[in-house]
Amino acid sequence: MTDATTDTNGMALAADGTPLKKRLGQALFRSKMRALGLATPLLLLIFFCFLVPIIIFLIRGVHNDTFEVHMPAVSVELAQWDTTSEPTEAMYAALAADLVLAKETKTIGKVASRVNRELSGTRSLFTKSARKAKKLEAPYKDALIGVSKKWADIEVWKALKVSAKSWTPAYLASAVDLKYNADGSFERKSEERRIHLQLFVRTLEISVIVTVMGLLLGYPVAFLLSTLPARTSNLLLILVLLPFWTSLLVRTTAWIAMLQSQGVLNDLFVIFGLATDEDRFSLIYNKTGTLIAMTHILLPFMILPLYSVMKTIPPTYVRAAKSMGATDWTAFWRVYFPQSIPGIGAGGILVFILAISFYITPALVGGEDGTMISNFIDFHMRKSLNWSLAAAMGGVLLTIVLFLYYIYDKVVGIDNMKLG
Amino acid sequence: MAATISGDGSVVFDRVQKSYDGEVLVVKDLNLKIDKGEFVTMLGPSGSGKSTCLMMLAGFETATHGDILLGGRPINNIPPHKRGIGMVFQNYALFPHMTVGENLSFPLEVRKMGKDEREAKVKRALDMVQMGDFIDRRPAQLSGGQQQRIALARALVFDAELVLMDEPLGALDKQLREHMQYEIKHIHENLGITVVYVTHDQSEALTMSDRVAVFDDGIIQQLSTPEALYERPENAFVAQFIGENNTLSGVVQAIKGDAATIKLDDGTVTEALAVKCGDVGNRTTLSIRPERVTVGGNKTKNSTDAKVLELIYLGDHIRCRMNVHGNEDFIVKVPNSAGHTHLQAGETTTVSWGKEDCRALDA
Amino acid sequence: MIKSLLLGAAAGAIVASSAMAAEITVVSWGGAYTKSQIEAYHKPWMAKTGNKVISEDYSGGLAEVKSQVEAGNVTWDLIDVELSDAIRGCDEGLLETIDPSILPAGADGTAAMDDFISGSITECAIPTIVWSTIFAYDTSKIADGPTTIGDFFDTSKFPGKRGMRKGPKSNLEMALAADGVAAADIYDVLGTPEGVDRAFAKLDTIKADTVWWEAGAQPPQLLADGEVAMTTAYNGRIFNAVAAEDKPFGIVWDSQVFDLDLWVIPKGAPNKEAAMDFVAFSTATEQLAAQASYISYGPARKSSSSLVGSYHTKPDLAMGPQMPTAPENFATAIQNDFEFWADNQDELNERFNAWLAQ
Repeated sequence: MTDATTDTNGMALAADGTPLKKRLGQALFRSKMRALGLATPLLLLIFFCFLVPIIIFLIRGVHNDTFEVHMPAVSVELAQWDTTSEPTEAMYAALAADLVLAKETKTIGKVASRVNRELSGTRSLFTKSARKAKKLEAPYKDALIGVSKKWADIEVWKALKVSAKSWTPAYLASAVDLKYNADGSFERKSEERRIHLQLFVRTLEISVIVTVMGLLLGYPVAFLLSTLPARTSNLLLILVLLPFWTSLLVRTTAWIAMLQSQGVLNDLFVIFGLATDEDRFSLIYNKTGTLIAMTHILLPFMILPLYSVMKTIPPTYVRAAKSMGATDWTAFWRVYFPQSIPGIGAGGILVFILAISFYITPALVGGEDGTMISNFIDFHMRKSLNWSLAAAMGGVLLTIVLFLYYIYDKVVGIDNMKLG
Repeated sequence: MAATISGDGSVVFDRVQKSYDGEVLVVKDLNLKIDKGEFVTMLGPSGSGKSTCLMMLAGFETATHGDILLGGRPINNIPPHKRGIGMVFQNYALFPHMTVGENLSFPLEVRKMGKDEREAKVKRALDMVQMGDFIDRRPAQLSGGQQQRIALARALVFDAELVLMDEPLGALDKQLREHMQYEIKHIHENLGITVVYVTHDQSEALTMSDRVAVFDDGIIQQLSTPEALYERPENAFVAQFIGENNTLSGVVQAIKGDAATIKLDDGTVTEALAVKCGDVGNRTTLSIRPERVTVGGNKTKNSTDAKVLELIYLGDHIRCRMNVHGNEDFIVKVPNSAGHTHLQAGETTTVSWGKEDCRALDA
Repeated sequence: MIKSLLLGAAAGAIVASSAMAAEITVVSWGGAYTKSQIEAYHKPWMAKTGNKVISEDYSGGLAEVKSQVEAGNVTWDLIDVELSDAIRGCDEGLLETIDPSILPAGADGTAAMDDFISGSITECAIPTIVWSTIFAYDTSKIADGPTTIGDFFDTSKFPGKRGMRKGPKSNLEMALAADGVAAADIYDVLGTPEGVDRAFAKLDTIKADTVWWEAGAQPPQLLADGEVAMTTAYNGRIFNAVAAEDKPFGIVWDSQVFDLDLWVIPKGAPNKEAAMDFVAFSTATEQLAAQASYISYGPARKSSSSLVGSYHTKPDLAMGPQMPTAPENFATAIQNDFEFWADNQDELNERFNAWLAQ
C-alpha cells in the first residue's frame, strides 16, 4: 500500500492529478444513483401518501377560508375594521349582499358553523337573516338590526372579524385552551371550558406510566428470553407475539370481560373475600383500565427491542464482574444494565410514541378520566366536525412528540438506540 | 474489604465429578492438587472437560460430586464473588461502557476501597502490562493484544492469589500470542501467584507451565512437567496429543524388566521400553518422536529399511515422510546441519532409534 | 356480422334492464330499528318496484356524509338522521332538496303537508318517526320503581349507578326538568348562562355515580348486566328488550325528550331518483303504521295513528300506549329544540367535555 500523492495544499491526488475526493465521488456516483433508484418507489409513496396528506391536514389547523370565500364583500370590509368603532353602513351593506349570495349557493350553513364556533348563538342568526336577506333594502344597518337585534352587538362583529381571517392562530390557541380575540390578543378560556391542556398532560402522564410499567414488566421477560436455550426462548417468544395475532379490538374487549365490575377479576376478588359483592373494584372505564390494557397491548413493543439487545450481551460480562467480587446485584446494575440501555431506549421510545397517540383502547376502556388527546381529536373529526381544531390539536401533539424526541436525542443520544 | 478466601492460592480437586444432564459425566473423577505459586495448565481437545473444571473452580458451575478446596477450605457452597479468584476470559470480557481505568477500578470499588488506593493500584497494574497511557481509552479503541493486557491487569489488580485464564490468547495472531506467553509467564514469576490456565494449544502449554494436566474424555490422562510430558508420555493419547509422534502397532512377545520385545504387524520383531504395554500377548502402540530417529549410519538392533516417500524443506530441518514397517506416515526430521544426509524421494535408506526412545504404550 | 349485431343488441338489453332495477344504499342506526325499517319499508318497496335495497349501519352524525360529499365520492343514497343534523346538513349544502309534492296524501285523504307533524317537513328532509329519550330501570331489581325525572337524580332514594348518554343533548334538559323547570321553559332557561350552570350543577349531583354510554345498544345491555340501576335510553331500544327479549325493564316517560328521525339524500347520491321514490313510498300512511308494529317509535303522520296495531309477534301487545306520542306518556314531554342545539352545541359540547374531565 502506498500513500496517495498530495498536491501543495496537502490534498490527496489520484494518479491522473485530479483530487482524490473528486475521483472517489465520481466512482461512487453510479452506485449511489442505483441505490436511490431502488428506493424511489418507496420515497414517492411516503411523500405522496403520507407526508403530503399530513401536511395538508396540518395546514387546516391554521387555515380556514370558509368565511372569506363565501362572504367575500364583508371580509374586505372587516379587514379594515379596528374592532372598537361602531360597524359602518358599508359593512352592513356588504354583509347583506354576502348573505344573499351565501343563501343562493347554499353555503350559509358552512359560514354559520364557522362563526358559531367563535360565538355561540350566531348560527341561527345567520340562517335566519339569510332567509330574509333578499328582501332587505338600504339602509342595511337598520334593516339587519330589524331582522335581529344581535346585529347591533359589537361582539358579533368581532366574531365575524376573527372568522374572516383565513390564516388564523385561533385553532392552535383553542387547542391549548386559549381564546384568540378580534384585536389579535390571546386570553385563557373561562375555567369551565378549559380541557385540552389537562388532556395533553394526562396523555403524557399515561404514556409515561405505560412506558415505565412496560419496562418493569418487560425487562425480566426479555432477560429470561435472552438467557434461555434457543428452543425454549423461541417458544416463549411466540407467546409474547401471540397477542399480535388477535385484533387490537379483541384484546381490548377481552380486558373489558376481565376487569368490569361483574368481570372475572372482580368475581375472584369477591370469592377470595378481597371485595364485597356490593362494593366491587372499579378497574375499568377509568384511568386504571386504560393503563392496564395499554400496558398489556404495548408490552411486546418493549420486550422485542430489549430481547434483541440483551441477546447480544455475552454472559461472560456478568461472570467477569462476579469473578472480580461483584454481588449478583452489582454485576447486574453496573455491568449488565448499562449495556441493555440501548434496548431500553429503543423500547421506551417505541412504546411511548405508540402510547401517546393511542386511540381505540382508551375509547373503549378509558371512561372519563382515562381518555386521551387522540379521543378528542376523533371527537372533533367525527362528532363536532370541527376538522380545523382536530388538525390544530394533532399539530400540537406532533410538536410535543418532536420536542420530546429532541430532548431524548440531547440527553440519551438517538444513536444510542438499538432496535435489533 | 470483602473477605477473599483464595487463601494461599493452593487448589485441590478431590474426586470431583460433573454432569450437566444426569446421564453423561463430562468430568469423571478429577483429583488434582495445585500448589501455591504454581502455573498449571489444563490441556486437552475441546469437550475434554478442562473448561468445565475451570468454571467449577471459578464458581460458575457446581460440582455434581466431590470437593474443591481453596487454600485448604471447601468452596462448593461459596458464590463466585466471594472466592477472590482473578479470571481472564477468552474474549477478555472488558466492560464496553467503561474506560480502561474504570474497568480496572471495578473490582476495587466493589471491595469498597478508597479512591487514592484504587488509583494507585490501577496505575501499578497498568504499568505492569505496559498500558499506563491507555487509562482513559474505551476497550473498543484498543487492539486485541492491548485488550488482552487490560484483561490481564484487571484480573491481577485486586491482588488475587489465584488467577484463572480461559484460553486468553486464543483470539490473537501467532506472533503476538508467543509474545504474550512470555509476558504472562514473567508476570507469574514476579508476583508469585498461582495460575490455572486452560488451552487446547499444546505448544502454549509446554512454554508456560510448571505442570500440565492433559485432559481427555473427562479424565486427566497425565499430569507432569512439560519435559516429562513430552519425553515420557504415559499413554498413547498423550504421546499423540503432545508434539509429533510416529506410531507402530504390534503385539508384546516378551517383557524383561523395562524392556519389551514387540512383534510388529509386518512380522518384524523389535525392542522397546515397556511403559504401558501390559502383559505378553497384548496389543501395543510404539511411540517414537521424529527427531529421535536417525537416518543412515550403521545398522543396530532397532534399525530398519525405510523408503523415502516425500521431502519437505523447512529451513532448519527437512521433513521426510517414509514407509517404515508398513506405516506410510512415518515422519523423520533431518537437521539442516553441515554435511547432513541428502535424501532423494524414492530411495531406500536405513533408519534407527534407541531402544529407550521407542515407548511401548497402550493400543 | 348479423350475429354480432344481435349479440350487441342482446347485451344492450341486459344493460338496460339492469339499469331499470336500481339498487340503493340506505343507511340507518342498526339493531331493532333498522329491522323495523326493513320489514315495513324495504321489503314492500322491493316487492313493488323490483329494485334492491342495501342496508348499512352507522352511528349518527354528519361526518361520513361530509367526507363523502367533499371527496365527491358519494356511495350512500338515503340516510336516516336526527332533525338537527338534517337542518345543519341542508344549510351546509351536504343534502339534496326534497320536493314535498312527491309525498302521497294520507290514507284518510289529508294533504301530505297537513298530515305530517306540523313543521316537521323541511327543505331537505322528510320525517318518518318520533323517538324519545326516556329513562328506564330493571323492575325485578327496583320493586317500587321511580316515577318522575326527579327520582333519576335522587341517588339516596334509589341507590345505584346511573347510565347517561355521553353528550350534553337531552341530559341538560332532563337535569333542568328534575330541578323543577317546566317543560315549556326548558330552552329559555338553558339559553342563559345561569341556566347552563344550573343544569350542570344538577348533573354534578349524580356525576360520581354515572356510567356514560355512546351507542343506542348500550343502555339495555348496561341494565341487563346490572352495571347500572337506571339509565337514559332511546325508548325503542328498551321496548325491544322488553318485547323481543322479555327483559323486565320499565320505562319512565316523565320529561321525555322527543325528536324526529328523517330521511335525507346526500348531495350527489348515485341513485337519487330511486331514493326519492323510496322516500315517498316509505313515508306513506300504511308504511309508517306498519313500522310501528315492530318498534315503539311514533309515526310522523297523524293519519297513521289509527292504523297502529299490535306488536308483530304478540297480538295482545298493543303498540299505541308504547309510543312517545301516546297521551299518557306525552304530558311532560320536551321537544328537542334543534335550533338551540345548532346554535349552542359547540360551546355546550366543549363545556360538557371539560366538565366530564374534571
